[in-house]
Amino acid sequence: MSKNSMKESYKIKDNYNTSIKIKSLVITLICLILTIICLLPIYLLVINATRNTSDILNGATLIPGNETLNNYKNLMALDGFNALTGFKNSFIISGSAALLSVFISALTAYALVVYDFKLRGPAFTFILAVLMIPTQVSAIGFVQFMIKIGFFNTYVPLIVPAMAAPSTVFFIRQFMKSSFPLDIVEAARIDGSSEFRTFLTIGIPLLKPAMSVQLIFAFIANWNNFFTPSLIITRTEKYTLPMMINTLSSDRYTDYGMVYMGIALSIVPLIVVYFILSKYIIEGVALGGVKE
Amino acid sequence: MASNAQRRIKHVSYAKYGYFFIIPFFLVYFIFSFYPLVNTMRYSVEKNLSKEATIYDGEFVGLDNYKHILTSPDKNAEDYYVHAGMREGFLRALSNTFKIWVMNFFPQMILSMILAVWFTDAKLKIPAKGFFKVVMYMPNIITAASVAVLALKMFSNDSFSIVNNTLLNWGLIDEPIQFLADMKLKRTIIAGIQIWMWFGNTMILLMSGIAGINPSLFEAANIDGANSRQVFFRVTVPLLRPILLFTLVTSLIGGMQMFDIPYLFNPGTNRSPGTQTIAAFIYQIYMESRIKNTGHSGAASVVLFIITAALGSIVFYINRDKDEIAAKKQLKKLRKQAAKKAHGGLGL
Repeated sequence: MSKNSMKESYKIKDNYNTSIKIKSLVITLICLILTIICLLPIYLLVINATRNTSDILNGATLIPGNETLNNYKNLMALDGFNALTGFKNSFIISGSAALLSVFISALTAYALVVYDFKLRGPAFTFILAVLMIPTQVSAIGFVQFMIKIGFFNTYVPLIVPAMAAPSTVFFIRQFMKSSFPLDIVEAARIDGSSEFRTFLTIGIPLLKPAMSVQLIFAFIANWNNFFTPSLIITRTEKYTLPMMINTLSSDRYTDYGMVYMGIALSIVPLIVVYFILSKYIIEGVALGGVKE
Repeated sequence: MASNAQRRIKHVSYAKYGYFFIIPFFLVYFIFSFYPLVNTMRYSVEKNLSKEATIYDGEFVGLDNYKHILTSPDKNAEDYYVHAGMREGFLRALSNTFKIWVMNFFPQMILSMILAVWFTDAKLKIPAKGFFKVVMYMPNIITAASVAVLALKMFSNDSFSIVNNTLLNWGLIDEPIQFLADMKLKRTIIAGIQIWMWFGNTMILLMSGIAGINPSLFEAANIDGANSRQVFFRVTVPLLRPILLFTLVTSLIGGMQMFDIPYLFNPGTNRSPGTQTIAAFIYQIYMESRIKNTGHSGAASVVLFIITAALGSIVFYINRDKDEIAAKKQLKKLRKQAAKKAHGGLGL
């Protein structure tokens, strides 16, 4: 190879590297713009929650004000809106619904993988078939049924139905199929463990990764649910947080600082928790286990 | 040498525990999900309940409710006004839902696809990929109700809303834009919010799809001198087809149930019909009408159920346990062969 052609090939390589570098830079810039688009509304919300109404009406800014406490006080003094009650109610509902649904789903998935019974195939097929049926299509019959059996304005219709979550069962079953050592169940039997104890002491620890991801998703889904609670709950003191926030949308409230404070109270804690758990959440989404 | 315990286990059937363990799920499902669906179907063929009635007193009206929402009204018929009103409302809701979905899905898909290809390209050097992923997925976890109210405050018609105010201050517009008065604009904003909330989710799904493609295929394409466009259209897209189909169908099903944002992106209780989706139609004629319109909302629910069930069957087909089906086929084949052998030549 002559010196000249060597130079030429280096040049091509150089060109190639430069073009990759430029492309990477442009893409990084686009990603930064998208990051701003994702964060800016939330940032403006938080900033406006710290300003008073006349400042807010004067225009948007990126610098926080010093009316935070006042806005908070005004919000707390508001009749019919109580963010703390909303928080408590949402927490009770989402927490119990998530825990129960993940436990029952794990139990169901465990049965579908570990035991060989006649209806195993049909049971799984059924879960797959109902996986995509939305709540909306049965809402009318559901509410009428709840009224009839006296559960209207209670949390039972918001917690108990969530226990049967086909998508959670599906996700945990897929996880189990790929990684669960079936021999270990046999070994536990030889050691004299009862079947339910085996599930509790061996099944659950082994399913923990899948269960914790699903616990997060179930909690978020129930926390964010507006549709079902607004059909079932009519008494203000039982409102969930999204329902409370909805009352703020009325034009009646002209104290904008207070309104922004209310919205911020419903969004910021969720975002903080999200950033703490983001690693597991992103992994969970990548596994294709979510749908809403 | 088999121990006593092992021998005992061989004789015990554990099948019954399978039933015990799945009973809670199926019990809850049948009572709280399946029965309500059947109940909805029943309401769809009955006359509307009056608001006061808590005890079942519906009268069977056959397919009248379906006729009202689906067929064109007859001017001379007794029920002309109900019929025309319901049909107009349902068709409008159907068209709104579809319009918002189309405006949301295609731009979102293109954006997510481009990002997914960039993020999985090992040649590109993008710093802080993990951070970008986390931030882009973030809008998805925020309460939709809060997002709707926030958007309402940002896009209100007056000159004080964040968007109008900023545009006025920068001198880009002379008069505040009537974001909430123009239905087309309003639907576009709703679609924009949906994109904002969902593009990160779609991107991560597509990324895991691309990560599942055998990397040697990309290497081979590179060695053969394919440029990035060729790699994308000849390798990535064809191999992603199942995931693309899955995303399309789940997005369609999600779009059909769209409720929170279109319903709450209205100031106070002034729900504008221009953004009413099917789910909002069902909700409103049941919850917010003078009578408890169980009949028409029930019928609309059943129509929605049929549409989602048809779409859901595609997801069902994708999710099937392929190994199990293959194993079953194999078993059947073996059984047939065994049966043939047992029968000897007699079967012929």
